[in-house]
Amino acid sequence: MTASALELQAVHKSFGATAIIRGVDMSVGRGERHALIGPNGAGKSTLFHLITGRFPLSSGAVRLNGEDVTGLAPFEIYRRKLARSFQITNIFPRMSVYENLRCAVLWSLGHGYSFLRLIDRMPDVNERAQAVLERIGLAARRDVPAGLLAYAEQRALEIGLAIAGEPEIILLDEPTAGMSHSETEHAVELIRRVSEGRTLLIVEHDMAVVFGLADRISVLVYGEIIASDAPEKIRANRAVQEAYLGTVPA
Amino acid sequence: MSEVALKTRAARTRAPVWLRAAVPWALAVLIILALPQLMTTSFGRTLLIEMGIAIVFAVAYNMLLGETGMLSFGHAIYFGLGGYAAVHVLRFIAAGLLLPVALLPLVGGLGGLVFGLLFGYLSTRRAGTAFAMITLGLMELVVALALIFDHLFGGEEGISGNRTSGPELFGITFGSQLHVYYLVAVWMLVSLALMRAFTRTPVGRLCNAVRDNPERVQFLGYDPSRIRLIAFAGSSFFAGVAGGLFAVNYELMAINSLGAERSALVLLMAYIGGIGSFLGPILGAVLVTFLQVALSDYTQAWLLYLGLFFVLVTLFAPNGLIGLVLMHGPIARAGLLHRLAAAYALALVPALLLAAGLIALVEINYRLAIRPELGPAMKLFGVAFDAKSATAWIVSFLLVGAGLLGLRAVAPRVAARWGETLEVARA
Repeated sequence: MTASALELQAVHKSFGATAIIRGVDMSVGRGERHALIGPNGAGKSTLFHLITGRFPLSSGAVRLNGEDVTGLAPFEIYRRKLARSFQITNIFPRMSVYENLRCAVLWSLGHGYSFLRLIDRMPDVNERAQAVLERIGLAARRDVPAGLLAYAEQRALEIGLAIAGEPEIILLDEPTAGMSHSETEHAVELIRRVSEGRTLLIVEHDMAVVFGLADRISVLVYGEIIASDAPEKIRANRAVQEAYLGTVPA
Repeated sequence: MSEVALKTRAARTRAPVWLRAAVPWALAVLIILALPQLMTTSFGRTLLIEMGIAIVFAVAYNMLLGETGMLSFGHAIYFGLGGYAAVHVLRFIAAGLLLPVALLPLVGGLGGLVFGLLFGYLSTRRAGTAFAMITLGLMELVVALALIFDHLFGGEEGISGNRTSGPELFGITFGSQLHVYYLVAVWMLVSLALMRAFTRTPVGRLCNAVRDNPERVQFLGYDPSRIRLIAFAGSSFFAGVAGGLFAVNYELMAINSLGAERSALVLLMAYIGGIGSFLGPILGAVLVTFLQVALSDYTQAWLLYLGLFFVLVTLFAPNGLIGLVLMHGPIARAGLLHRLAAAYALALVPALLLAAGLIALVEINYRLAIRPELGPAMKLFGVAFDAKSATAWIVSFLLVGAGLLGLRAVAPRVAARWGETLEVARA
């Protein structure tokens, strides 16, 4: 068995008296494409926020490549090569697509808080940003303010921001939500390509996408993982069918 | 068209980047060299010097407001403390310290930077409203402390120095106003170039990112409060440079230079000019300084006019005056500006009526309420009248009414004309 890239241990999260995540143990192997599914309100996005440091844990631990990252700030977790996208598009609306991407590649190229060099004169930044721009299919929209992009284009940029820093672990929160059929196909192809050789954890509602992409699937229901297995075993799992898959026409 | 002609045309439209970037700066240098030849009076040159200082301060302020989305209500403390640092060093120079007076603005900048780092450390952990409130509190704190430390700040009378006391360098003594003008001009150009360059560095772009969406920045490896602190420190440095220039120009720093009024004024400058562009605060600084220096000679109500102007801009030109100018960019490039002339001329008539009516009302009220000792007989726009007469009031109100009705009737037509012309320009 490969070592875990991401490991959750007895993770709890309550908002006031309401327990949202109720003891999640989960492990994502290195290089694995792992899908997290579950009915609405199961806590999938909350779990993402806990892993990436947006919310503090009530109890439990999160480990990246064996290192305990519980309680670290989001930017500190990002620096340990874990990047994410958001369910609700979360970009820089007044900046051009290209500037969005340049900001997203800076840290991973080691430029830190540099204000003594012009960004136009940083070949590594511009090459990487241009490469990501082409990869997400927005080359023709390079100088358009991100807030003016069409919805599917904003979703593509959202993925672009997550992958621009070439992280080892990518978390994508419903990357195809609200997309048309052909846009979804495009997005899945993109996700497949960019997650090559990396660890991927993806929240997704489209079962075709999930079963076509994932090596393993975890099912989250009411704040607990009820199953975590290979796709065909998840499909055959009675508890999963009752809790979730039964409601989806196969 | 032949192939060669096509190629040369393409080459002409695609001039090298450095050349296109250099044109506005060359233009600025030309204007700076020409202006003192055109404005030879002491009053005119004072105005130019004030404008130069205000430009540095307003653009520095916009590093926070426009670039990083941070609204500071107390930015004059970095202007003022920088100025105080400069005036104290000026006194050391008089006592024998070997430092050219021309470097005092740098002293001011360092003063601003030190206090910017100190107070920025306290305030930039928060954003938005909380940040704005902290800046307001810090300003009150600094003003209160300045009143206590009388020997450092000199109270209402202030601390004075003598700019001609320094060692003579290449014959520059700063005895003449023109020397001060060129000193301000050089420091202004250098500051503007540096602040412009800052926006094009990684941190400069991240400032925009923090303005747009601070949360997302965290998920790209950066701490937004650290970026806010860098922007704050940079902005305070250049505010201090402006304060240092102020100190050299007036050879005096007093408490009012770091208080609420100057803090509010720089906010007005940036906002009136337009915080979304680099040129906006420059335009705002020039205009507001003109109103402040020139208008205050004619009327005591200049602050009221400034406030009225500010309200109008925020209501009708949310991107500032520069936004109005930039709206015409595509039309000007297509050479179609003349098509708007008639519509604008039409709108000008009711606008002037409205302005005349408002000014008359303001001046009549000021005369009667503030300067009653001058009596009710007054003169405005070359017309002599009695401020207490019913006619004066009725005419003023009629002017305002006619102006408002006229603008309401004309405005949709002007807007439609602008829209049409823009479409033609784009086609």
